[in-house]
Amino acid sequence: MSTEQILSSDGIPLEISLKKAERKNKIKAMLLVAPLFLFILITYLMPIGDMLFRSIDDRMITSKLPNTFAALAKWDGKELPDEATYEAFYKDFYPLAIAKESGKLYQRLNYEKSGFSSGLKKTNRKIKKFEKGNYKEQFMATHKIWNNVEYWVALKNTAPKWSYAKYLKGVDLKLDPDRNIVQMPENRKIYKTLWLRTLKVAFFVTIFCFILSYPIAHLLATLPMKYSNLLMICVLLPFWTSLLVRTSSWMVLLQQQGPINDLIVMLGLTADNARPELMYNVVGTFVAMTQILLPFMVLPLYSVMKTISPSLMRAGKSLGGTPFVAFRKIYFPLTVPGIGAGSLLVFILAVGYYITPALVGGASGSLISNTIAYHMKSSLDWAFASALGAMLLTGVLVIYWLYNKLVGIDNIKLG
Amino acid sequence: MSKNNEFVKFDNVDKSYDGKILVVKGLQLDIAEGEFVTMLGPSGSGKTTCLMMLAGFETPTHGEIYLDGNPISNIPPHKRGIGMVFQNYALFPHMTVYENLAFPLRVRKIPKDEADKKIDKALSMVSLQGFEARMPMQLSGGQQQRVAVARSLVFDPQVVLMDEPLGALDKNLRESMQYEIKHIHESIGVTVVYVTHDQTEALTMSSRIAVFNDGKVQQLSSPDELYERPVNSFVAEFIGENNTFDGTVSDITGDTCKVKLINGTEILAKPISVKSKGEKTTVSLRPERALINPEDKMDNNYKGKIKEVIYHGDHTRVRINLLENDQFILKIPNSTSNLDIKLGNDINVGWNIKDSRALDPK
Repeated sequence: MSTEQILSSDGIPLEISLKKAERKNKIKAMLLVAPLFLFILITYLMPIGDMLFRSIDDRMITSKLPNTFAALAKWDGKELPDEATYEAFYKDFYPLAIAKESGKLYQRLNYEKSGFSSGLKKTNRKIKKFEKGNYKEQFMATHKIWNNVEYWVALKNTAPKWSYAKYLKGVDLKLDPDRNIVQMPENRKIYKTLWLRTLKVAFFVTIFCFILSYPIAHLLATLPMKYSNLLMICVLLPFWTSLLVRTSSWMVLLQQQGPINDLIVMLGLTADNARPELMYNVVGTFVAMTQILLPFMVLPLYSVMKTISPSLMRAGKSLGGTPFVAFRKIYFPLTVPGIGAGSLLVFILAVGYYITPALVGGASGSLISNTIAYHMKSSLDWAFASALGAMLLTGVLVIYWLYNKLVGIDNIKLG
Repeated sequence: MSKNNEFVKFDNVDKSYDGKILVVKGLQLDIAEGEFVTMLGPSGSGKTTCLMMLAGFETPTHGEIYLDGNPISNIPPHKRGIGMVFQNYALFPHMTVYENLAFPLRVRKIPKDEADKKIDKALSMVSLQGFEARMPMQLSGGQQQRVAVARSLVFDPQVVLMDEPLGALDKNLRESMQYEIKHIHESIGVTVVYVTHDQTEALTMSSRIAVFNDGKVQQLSSPDELYERPVNSFVAEFIGENNTFDGTVSDITGDTCKVKLINGTEILAKPISVKSKGEKTTVSLRPERALINPEDKMDNNYKGKIKEVIYHGDHTRVRINLLENDQFILKIPNSTSNLDIKLGNDINVGWNIKDSRALDPK
């Protein structure tokens, strides 16, 4: 192919003059989207970046105990460290104790090994009366953690500025004193169960939503206008109602003395004194989340079904397919983009759902997001909360990627 | 093989959707085996409803439809073995051309090699070999239409129904498809019931045409019969162009009647739906049957003033005021170039009794 340059009438290469002509429009377009871009940058991308950063950031302790870590770098970790190390720790800890800045240190080190908090608190009180020299003995007299080589190993392990320990903890793994990745002790494994429960709940909520939505969406798409509008309002009305109101209504309905339990007793399915627990367990989570997420399945399905011409089903039947065959071979495959969009939407929303499981889920129905909230608000282990959040985000992206591989994201139709 | 003249039979069929209005009224229609019958009529005349009843998507409110002698009202559509071409083709968009054609064969459990032969034959019939792997969206409107035709024929149905299949195509393509469908029908001899509101299409393709209006068949006859000898003024008006004169029968003897127009002139016409003196009537006359400046003596001869001249290439359309009807149209072939056709001129117009038909009053 010839690459001869085409010139516009004033002698400038066509490509350049075209770019020039389009530049103005491009700038205008960019200015129009700039506010949204800045908004997303400030309120969405930067917080997410900060969260990812926080989950691996371990610089606080490194900066507070510089002398100690310098001294520990040469230590082999087999026996208690030498006098110089104790002295280095004294040099680091004494100013913190005087300035009352040692609080963060207790918390951070206690995550590493429990016992640190009480030991450091006691040391904090006594360190002001330490005499010069012979620090090792004085420390050992203050609290028993200073006699224990394991605490020193734990302290040394906090030296690196960056740490992925929070991620290991999120999947019930930890670093042993020799920095090998090992399983958590059986009685402290809670996160794997939580992850599995979250996936299970999200999966079944998606399935339930699909089963309930498909016929409704079909009705919506095929009924005459005046009925379908009414039905549409019935679908959308809960959608417009506050999430909190809906969840609270479910609490009213599902409680042990609530109408649903009354009905079960009235129908004689159980005795009055053996009313089933419908709330504060996984059942409540399923019921409430399915109802709340239903519109997210109905709407994509509806918008896809609306585009399927009724003559296709007729064609299928006139060509000899039974109604079932015509449905399975023609109608159903054509709704797959809607099913994909709805399922992806419901699943991703369900995986990160917070309010509903928090209110009706109880202990057995709480999900990963409830744990994240707990670490944000109660245990104040923000690094761990960030790590869990980042893992959730990664999980959602992986699902999205898998979906794209299997079905193709351009097969999605939201309307 | 003797032809069954009542291969498809509508026997006194009524259809109402809402219990108030009859969309189809007492329909009586026989279609012979191998025939190409067109249901022609304005929208809302009940023609599509008839087709849907035959296909099985609507049930008659009263009466019965017979296919090859068997009543079919209680047979679901998928067991009727009737092929159908839909208005918007209704090709399955998620299947290739091959899969679209294979669908009716697969549901009939026809072995693959036999099915492949049938598909190949059907595609060659519409000259679309080599398009098996295409998706419907990758085809042009005309090609999609051919696939739809091939799909409706691939399983050798007894009857093929076509519901305005050419409505979405442009004029030229529509014309060539008309011939193509006609040739396919001739070559395989399948019975075709075709619905359209386009009268040229109906005239081009059909062996017989059923003109529908108001839920009833107004006339069922061959295209030439329909055009030359309409039995009532609706058919005369609907098929082709038509000049009309309203008046009253003043005399009637055998094959001739005198019709007195409002201005008092009496013209001669052939009585079709009038029987006695004093009846109101509308006389219908095809534009091409009225000649200007006739040399031979004609039964009716009048002078009219030219109101409008429109050049149409192969002919010229002239609108004149004749006997106080200023919508009287003449079609003059362009070979007669020396005629004095100018706006405002007076010209002589003449026509014969057999071409002016006294029909029911409008």
